[in-house]
Amino acid sequence: MAAGSGVAAESCVGQVVLPGDVLLLPAHPEEDGERLRLGAGAAPRGRLLCGPGLRRCAGGLLVTKCGLLRHRPAGGGAAGGAYWVDSQQKRYVPVKGDHVIGIVTAKAGDVFKLDVGGSEQASLSYLAFEGATKRNRPNAQVGDLIYGQFLVANKDMEPEMVCIDSSGRSSGMGIIGQDGFLFKVSLGLIRKLLAPKCEIIQELSQLYPFELVLGMNGRIWVKAKTVQQTLIIVNILEACEYMTAEQRKQALAKLSGN
Amino acid sequence: FMQRGLDSQTKKLLEEEEKKIISEEHWYLDLPDLKEKESFIIEERSFMPCEDLLYGRMSFKGFNPEIEKLMIQMNSRCKEEEIEVDDKMEADVSDEEMARRYETLVGTIGKKFLRKRDQRVLQDEDEDGNSNTRPSKKAKKKFLKPQD
Repeated sequence: MAAGSGVAAESCVGQVVLPGDVLLLPAHPEEDGERLRLGAGAAPRGRLLCGPGLRRCAGGLLVTKCGLLRHRPAGGGAAGGAYWVDSQQKRYVPVKGDHVIGIVTAKAGDVFKLDVGGSEQASLSYLAFEGATKRNRPNAQVGDLIYGQFLVANKDMEPEMVCIDSSGRSSGMGIIGQDGFLFKVSLGLIRKLLAPKCEIIQELSQLYPFELVLGMNGRIWVKAKTVQQTLIIVNILEACEYMTAEQRKQALAKLSGN
Repeated sequence: FMQRGLDSQTKKLLEEEEKKIISEEHWYLDLPDLKEKESFIIEERSFMPCEDLLYGRMSFKGFNPEIEKLMIQMNSRCKEEEIEVDDKMEADVSDEEMARRYETLVGTIGKKFLRKRDQRVLQDEDEDGNSNTRPSKKAKKKFLKPQD
């Protein structure tokens, strides 16, 4: 490892980091002392979450993607602080637990093959729907849209999806209904739209009644009452990535005026 | 290769030799035992826990009521503290109305399971009850003169 000495992680929050940077975390000398006394390690306080774009390395965290370093201080519950790199990309890499929209491309045996935008097609078993049995199969044709989450997603195996959660309920997943419009945006925009208080979504919701499904693989499905309304929403969502807040408000004001 | 007729001693010798050969063939690491490093860093490849993202399915202005219910449910899982504060959910039916309805409900359903005789008796009682109350009230009110 020819890297020079690392920089303290806290000082880089909000700045651009490049792959190969080493971020040092504040040392925890007390931890080791306690461990030796207690023998079996007690539950470590302040567990740190090392998010996407970062890897653990000797001494601290190693950056693997270029972007802005983000930090979330330790909140309530089990989560300690979290560091991650906010990067932008269009290509999706399947990650376990992500909810995505997939397009059915083939039915093979007991399994659907879905295109999720990754390097491989994901497989989805017939029995992974709520209330599905061997006799009661889900009614999905080639070309249908399915909203599900990844059960298995790593670089060594073919990704697998399911449409039920761990308690066996569908909780909104499954075949997405008829009509509507599917389009693709970058992954950064999806995360912006899914943030807890997203102004874009709040402003759009004042316009007309519509339905929206956001997949973490960059795909968005919109359905409104008329084709025109649907297309308006699609255009706004595609354009709002590069508009400032004021431009967006102007555009929406024009629309609601019309 | 376990030949019958071998003495137990020779058998033991053979087994020991086999074990030696086998244990020499086993690979083992010559490295010192690595200490388990501080396991307080968890690697995570998904953005969901980092940024507390909302649920992906949304519906606005009543376009799809089931999904709107789901939205409230899913997003409230994240903010459980708020739910504890708002324990009193807005009920569609007020408590009083519920009590009134329940009163009459018990009566009507109870009647359904009575036999015909009992039903007649009930009816007569109701009629008598209505007519009995009035004269009894009048009787109470009037002062009865003691007969000499």
